[in-house]
Amino acid sequence: MTLPVASFLTDLDFIRVLYIVAFVLFIVGMRMLTKPSTARQGNMVAAVGMAIAVVATLLIESVGDYGLIALGIAIGTIVGVPAARQVRMTAMPQMVALFNGVGGGAVALIAWGEYRHALGHGGNPELDTLIPILFAAIVGSISFWGSNIAFGKLQEIIPGKPITVPAQQVVNALLLLAAVAAAIAIVTGSESQGLFILILVAAAVLGNMVVLPIGGADMPVVISLLNALTGLSAAAAGIALDNTALIVGGIIVGASGTILTNLMAEAMNRSIPNIVAGGFGGGGTGGGGGGADTDGKTAKSTDAADVAIQLAYASRVVIAPGYGLAVAQAQHTVRELADELEKRGVDVSYAIHPVAGRMPGHMNVLLAEADVPYDALKEMDEINPEFAQTDVTLVIGANDVTNPAAREDEGSPIYGMPILDVDKSGQVIVLKRSMNTGFAGIDNPLFYNDNTSLLFGDAKASVADVLTEVKNV
Amino acid sequence: MDLITELTILVLAAFVGFEVISKVPNTLHTPLMSATNAIHGIVLLGGILIIGAAEGFLSNAILVIAIAFGTINVVGGFLVTDRMLEMFKKRPMPPAKGEVKPAPTKAEIGQ
Repeated sequence: MTLPVASFLTDLDFIRVLYIVAFVLFIVGMRMLTKPSTARQGNMVAAVGMAIAVVATLLIESVGDYGLIALGIAIGTIVGVPAARQVRMTAMPQMVALFNGVGGGAVALIAWGEYRHALGHGGNPELDTLIPILFAAIVGSISFWGSNIAFGKLQEIIPGKPITVPAQQVVNALLLLAAVAAAIAIVTGSESQGLFILILVAAAVLGNMVVLPIGGADMPVVISLLNALTGLSAAAAGIALDNTALIVGGIIVGASGTILTNLMAEAMNRSIPNIVAGGFGGGGTGGGGGGADTDGKTAKSTDAADVAIQLAYASRVVIAPGYGLAVAQAQHTVRELADELEKRGVDVSYAIHPVAGRMPGHMNVLLAEADVPYDALKEMDEINPEFAQTDVTLVIGANDVTNPAAREDEGSPIYGMPILDVDKSGQVIVLKRSMNTGFAGIDNPLFYNDNTSLLFGDAKASVADVLTEVKNV
Repeated sequence: MDLITELTILVLAAFVGFEVISKVPNTLHTPLMSATNAIHGIVLLGGILIIGAAEGFLSNAILVIAIAFGTINVVGGFLVTDRMLEMFKKRPMPPAKGEVKPAPTKAEIGQ
């Protein structure tokens, strides 16, 4: 006999009511996340929903081994909290990739654990449990390994340029076939943990193979896609385990993640199948890019004093930031420079390409950190017609998103991607570390234009030098 | 719960997911991706649900790792999202909002 209160708390209907409260909080939280003014509270609302779902699950009577559960949660917290707290804003995209990966890994492991349990208790489970388990195992494993590769590429442990093996598509198809064939063998009656492990391994190799050939510039879209996949696999696990919280939480992410992936792909004028089939430069076009445009031309370099004079006497300056600004942590120095110019009556605004940096919104976050006013940040469609009236455009660590080859050179791998038309302004000054190509590995004809000059060096140091010189003008 | 009920929930929740994200400014793509990323960490519940019935060291180890992974996904995901959004806090809102804002602070007047 249990006390009435205790039996009420562990009643399955009560737990389902708590789940419903959690769903409401997820949905309201996500809704709030779509507006800048309520986004932060929205995230907290969703987090509270998650806490309620976890507590409700712990109340379920059949849940046991609290010691091991506590151990798992403790390990996760000890690893997760410092990682999230200490990661620098520049490394945020790869952190999201990593967190997504462990989610996929959790799904695959749970599927494996559930299958082992079933084998120990009378063999294969019913099909309505077995099929979702197999689906969760395949997709979870792909997501785990794919996300790890995405992390490695963004962290520059693995080169950002596309890595291809011969007959890539054939190998991928064979791997998928192997995983699906093993799954079918299990569904049609084979009771074998060996086959299950084969599924996990084939999906793991597939996850690696699919993401390795994707060029760095497409990485945000890939992370978003893997995010949606992890959501789907979590929903499948929910069907296998008869748990509505997993079904709803998983599928909401699966659905919204798909929409988000599409929005990002659209911003780059790329289709998702196109990206997954092999990234920029995938078909051996790597070196061919803007070659024709740059023949016989050389890039001009300039110095800080010269840049300072051009800026100080301009009436309109646009700053186009990219990943180089993030790497150099130059956002505060850039704002100081903008403040100094505005004191002199120069109109300064920022041109934000939708995929500048390594993630959409990456630049907005960084500049907001440096207290750059919201209305100075202009999105691509708004700023592009204004370049013609701009005296000087300062390109800070951006490359591919300013590449005119995307507009003019039909042979370029990035042809058709919307870009910032910085080359239409009077003068273009590009702050760069070196003459290396951008993340996509494509040459940029912008650098060889007559009205373009380059200031080499670390973005933060260069901006600081220019700032000092502006004060002396 | 029978399969059909679960599929009903699945399909309806998918539509909610589609609708909720229909219109998002570019600025919020990254935080939104990061927050939904944290939400799929709900798979943590799956580990909690089945670990009690697990037998043997390997099964227990697999599920402890699964719970740890899920926890990293949830806790890390929400914290990272909060850090991203924290940066939007002090930003003055675009004037067209029509919201009643508190009087500007000394620092804002000073600018």
